[in-house]
Amino acid sequence: MLRLPSFTYLQPKTLKEALAMKADAGPDGMYVAGGTDLYPNMKRRHQEPRTVISLIGVRELTGCEMRDGGCAVGPCMTLSDLCSRPTIRQHYDTVALAAGLVSTPLLRNMGTLGGNLCLDTRCNYYNQTYEWRKAIDFCMKKDGHICWVAPSSPRCWAVSSSDVAPVMVALGAEYVLVGPGGERVVPAARFYHNDGINYLTKQPDEILATVRLPAPDGWDAVYHKLRRRGSFDFPVLGVAAWVKWEQGAGSRERGQVVEARIVLGGVASWPQEVPEAGAVLVGTDLSDEGVAAAADAAYRPAKPLDNTDFDLSWRKQMTRVYVTRALTELRQRRRPARK
Amino acid sequence: MADAKAKIALELNGEPVEVAFAPHKTLLEVLREDLGLTGTKHGCELGECGTCTVLVDGTPVLSCLVLGLACAGHRVKTVEGMAERGTLHPLQEAFAELGAAQCGYCTPAFLLAAEALLATDPSPTRDDIKLALSGNLCRCTGYIKIYEAVELAAARMRGEDAKPAPETLYGVQ
Amino acid sequence: MASSKKPTRFRVVGKAHRKVDATAKVTGVTRFADDLFLPRMLFAKLLRSPHPHARIISIDTSKAAALPGVKAVLVGKDLPIPFGILPVSQDEHALALDKVRFVGDPVAAVAATSEEAATEALDLIAVEYEVLRAFPDALDAVEHPEPAIHDYADAGNIHKLIHLEFGDVDRGLAEADLVREDLFFFEGNTHLPMEQHAAVADWSPPPDGKLTLWSATQTPHYVHRALAKVLELPAARIRVIACPNGGAFGGKSDPFSHEIVVAKLAMITGRPVKITLTREEVFYCHRGRHPTLMWVKTGVKKDGAITGMHFKSLLDGGGYGSYGVASTYYTGALQTVTYHVPRYKFQGARAFTNKPPCGPKRGHGTPQPRFALEVHLDKIAEQLGMDPAELRLKHLVPPNSLTANWLRIGTMGLGPCIEKVVRGSGWKQKFKQLPYGKGIGLACSSYITGAGLPIYWNAMPHSGVQLKCDRGGGVTVFCGSTEIGQGSDSILATIVAEVLGLHPFDVAVVTGDTDLTPVDLGSYSSRVTLMTGNAAIQAAERARDVIARHAAKKLETPIERITFAEGRVFDVQEPERGLTFAEAVQLAEAAEGTVGTVGSYTPAPSAAKYRGAGVGPSPAYSYSACVAEVDVDPATGIVRVPKIWIAHDVGRAINAATVMGQIEGSVYMGLGEALMEEMAYRGNRNVVHKIPSLLEYKSPTTLEMCDVVTYVVEDPDPNGPFGAKECGQGPLLPVPPAVANAVYDAVGVRIDEVPITPEKVFKALRRKEKGEAARFGPARFPDIAWPEPTRVAPPWDGGDGRAAEGGRGRKKAAEGARR
Repeated sequence: MLRLPSFTYLQPKTLKEALAMKADAGPDGMYVAGGTDLYPNMKRRHQEPRTVISLIGVRELTGCEMRDGGCAVGPCMTLSDLCSRPTIRQHYDTVALAAGLVSTPLLRNMGTLGGNLCLDTRCNYYNQTYEWRKAIDFCMKKDGHICWVAPSSPRCWAVSSSDVAPVMVALGAEYVLVGPGGERVVPAARFYHNDGINYLTKQPDEILATVRLPAPDGWDAVYHKLRRRGSFDFPVLGVAAWVKWEQGAGSRERGQVVEARIVLGGVASWPQEVPEAGAVLVGTDLSDEGVAAAADAAYRPAKPLDNTDFDLSWRKQMTRVYVTRALTELRQRRRPARK
Repeated sequence: MADAKAKIALELNGEPVEVAFAPHKTLLEVLREDLGLTGTKHGCELGECGTCTVLVDGTPVLSCLVLGLACAGHRVKTVEGMAERGTLHPLQEAFAELGAAQCGYCTPAFLLAAEALLATDPSPTRDDIKLALSGNLCRCTGYIKIYEAVELAAARMRGEDAKPAPETLYGVQ
Repeated sequence: MASSKKPTRFRVVGKAHRKVDATAKVTGVTRFADDLFLPRMLFAKLLRSPHPHARIISIDTSKAAALPGVKAVLVGKDLPIPFGILPVSQDEHALALDKVRFVGDPVAAVAATSEEAATEALDLIAVEYEVLRAFPDALDAVEHPEPAIHDYADAGNIHKLIHLEFGDVDRGLAEADLVREDLFFFEGNTHLPMEQHAAVADWSPPPDGKLTLWSATQTPHYVHRALAKVLELPAARIRVIACPNGGAFGGKSDPFSHEIVVAKLAMITGRPVKITLTREEVFYCHRGRHPTLMWVKTGVKKDGAITGMHFKSLLDGGGYGSYGVASTYYTGALQTVTYHVPRYKFQGARAFTNKPPCGPKRGHGTPQPRFALEVHLDKIAEQLGMDPAELRLKHLVPPNSLTANWLRIGTMGLGPCIEKVVRGSGWKQKFKQLPYGKGIGLACSSYITGAGLPIYWNAMPHSGVQLKCDRGGGVTVFCGSTEIGQGSDSILATIVAEVLGLHPFDVAVVTGDTDLTPVDLGSYSSRVTLMTGNAAIQAAERARDVIARHAAKKLETPIERITFAEGRVFDVQEPERGLTFAEAVQLAEAAEGTVGTVGSYTPAPSAAKYRGAGVGPSPAYSYSACVAEVDVDPATGIVRVPKIWIAHDVGRAINAATVMGQIEGSVYMGLGEALMEEMAYRGNRNVVHKIPSLLEYKSPTTLEMCDVVTYVVEDPDPNGPFGAKECGQGPLLPVPPAVANAVYDAVGVRIDEVPITPEKVFKALRRKEKGEAARFGPARFPDIAWPEPTRVAPPWDGGDGRAAEGGRGRKKAAEGARR
């Protein structure tokens, strides 16, 4: 049986208490929420904290309420709760959809929003047991010196594999971080680094305290996920597409896009926004031509590597198909009647 | 090396229980090794198969990824808690009747995941059942007898006098 | 001898029964090997090789041995005697002696007071290796004989070479109206039972010196033999208990390193020792489907009648022999048992490579050639302008006949199977008529009901049963068979209950324990229902005769009129005149002493007498036909299978419910192999297994599994118990080719390779767009220096099942042909 290494487990009740515990534990301390990412990693000796601080009992990190037009979501909400919460389903159905596509129902009953947003990057040279990794002489993400995906590369190419993170970046959500020095707010897009090892801008002692979703006013978003099986599997490609429709008289008929964001998951070490793809959609009504141009723009920078399921060239080809399908769905959501 | 044991109290299969164990142990290990309840199985210990499913406060979870310590004060239900006073739960009854348990290794997990489904939805469609059980792998049955058993049990739990369809047991004539 | 009346109508057989172990399984009471906890038990772990191919220079275990909690450390020289499942391939060591042959090959073992301590100790064992060139696949091994992976092989790194010819195939091809050649590849895949292998050993020190091993094994008898050999203990002092297997599918049918290691550790430490493999280690045990490259050339007449067939296969065997020699023969054995093949030639090769060994997985060696053959026939039907179902129906092998390679066909229900799936699926309205992207495909298959020969040569029965009738009216049946989820315990109870007029729950079943039960060779080759069933019938009929004799005397009735039913023994003409079963047993016991009987079963000798004829003969062949419907997304190449129709000729269903379960489960496993399952390695990175996890080895979930419409065809075979044939493996076989044929019907591309992944379909569609061959599959079969063929004249050429005089010589065979 794969087992956890021994560690001290702490269960703070407040943010303040949690921060104090982390300060005491120092670099050997880690936060955990649902544990569905950290515990497997600890069993494979990817992370070896001596102290694990559970955030699940911290009251401030739960709940979900409409506030200032937007919605403030506690990151310790489980993914199952998130996708069944009426507020989320009504105003942020794509968030609920993406959360509902994570892994399995069992895992979603444990895994949290915050956990999915902070998900460790993945790579099939890395997500292996200690013994397996020893057989390849380890890799730079843990215990080794080289990135086997791109051996001449100075950086780690492990893949951002969150379903919810690309949606958050596309929506322009904001994350509230609380650390020893107080609180700061970062846009979701700036929360991530395109580096397989240092993939978060969050400091280790900071806690993701609130996720702020923007007011649901005139924008729409969809998420499409590519994976082998309809359950269990991480995305090998996620497409989050967000558009802001023109507002005002006659706008409904014109159906024009004033702003758009396309964010890809599973193709880089961060949720990869493709600004060119968003830009070509502005001023269009998501016509076939506009969609094709956006899909083409998204296809070019997508750079899947050979470290997930499926063949990498096929995954790159699929970017075009999935972006097209996502944008087509957005168009249909706006004008369901029109062919 | 061996850490001092931690002791917790929880409600296990309807009864208050106290148990002491090494603090890094998962609920799976505590159930099997410290409480002697080996009905809960394991297939990967990484949350990748669903074989270790138990109910915590009525919700199906992966016991290989739940710390024993995190269960203090919670309600835990395992397959050993399904039959009451010597009478099989309708799901157990239907699984046995239709041969939904072949090797039986994943069966406790499927039973508990199905019980949680029926607790919230007494009349699930076939697609609802597939979704609810999509986190549990079975290599023997192809899942079909499992769906049919869940449907049969659900009907009986709704008070219907349900019997398995002939084609379920004998194939299409 | 006058006998009591045999049932003419079945009371128990054929109905849907709750299995005798069903309640234990749904309540979590069943004790699998890892559920055993013995007092003072130690935990073992194996140190495995990080190199695919290397010589061991030195091992230093001193630091590990000094770790607190560690009680014993073993290395190869502690267990120097080799073993292996086949007598011809005794090439494994419990721990590598001087060489490692794949990443994961066991090198050292530790027993400690906790699994944590044992794991920690592994990291303290220092092993110095001299790394050797590694062979990532069969082509590489064929092309490079050096460095040799083993010091025995038919040629270089080619473990086994086979060349058999039944009649003059060249002449057959010359008579054809159409000759077609195709290449196929079937990727390796694994059993993936949900239960990880586990074993517990206990040692009772001298003077009794007795070892007990509980293990998740399908073959306790073969484990028993391997333990006796390697541990140099008398077999009489070893008891092997096969725990119920949490899934096996062939993956638990070899004796394994970990079983021998815990036994030795228990002997050294004097304490019980348990080992439970991690999921990753289960991938290293493997013994699954051989990756197989195949070439087939067939001649047909205009009406589809086959005039001759030439089949070549190259198997990637991995690091050890395992069942591989048998697997290689199996890739050529059963081509002849579905459609009439008058002349047939087979060349098979198995290469050693530096990967976990391949062996028997559900269908053992036959799903690969079946895939090739059924897709090949689909192409032939298209070229001839024939409906593929019609082509097959027209040329079925006749029942009660011999094939070109001397396999004896008994009952043959493939015709009705094809008719049922064709009608049920609406084949005639759908084939070639569905919209682009939707398709339908058909394929058929056959499988053995038990291997005709045991794994080691002996003249004893393949299956033995003892029966004890209790004066309380209960009956206990003892049999060495192993319950792996297929329902074999229930088959015994059902059959005994049928013969003795009892309810199956009145029959206690004791199985899989070498101390308590007579030998059954194991749960492999779909042999258990037929062989233990026949043995159980014999034992139960003997008991019935004893009991009937005394009941007849008491009832003053001729023995011929004594009938057993509903727990009673009575006069069939005056049913009210009777005894309870218990009373009847008491009479017999009072008169003759304890009522105990035995039964056994040995298959009839095969008609095939040539060297290599050990593989293929079977008491009976099951038949399956399958229609698969697919949705192919042309933009992505993603294939979904919404529905499968499957008909299976099971001879006779003993327990209808378990037959359904076996068929549906076979379809599931076939679907996984067809679409997504594969053993993938990083050839460029130390030949590590790319994905040894349940997350990345893709087993279909509820969301991928198709709907299944099942037809059970019953064509009772005189060799089967009450006519029963197998149903646990055969229905897997037609699924991959049916899916491949349906993909072609849907989008017009041939995927001549399993699994049929989106990438392959996408590439083939691209090629089609560009006007290239609309196909994805292998491009060549390598040149192999085949030995001279063993020539055997087919029955219709006046042969006698023996090879032409001298066995192998071309000249002698030619002379034989002239005679």
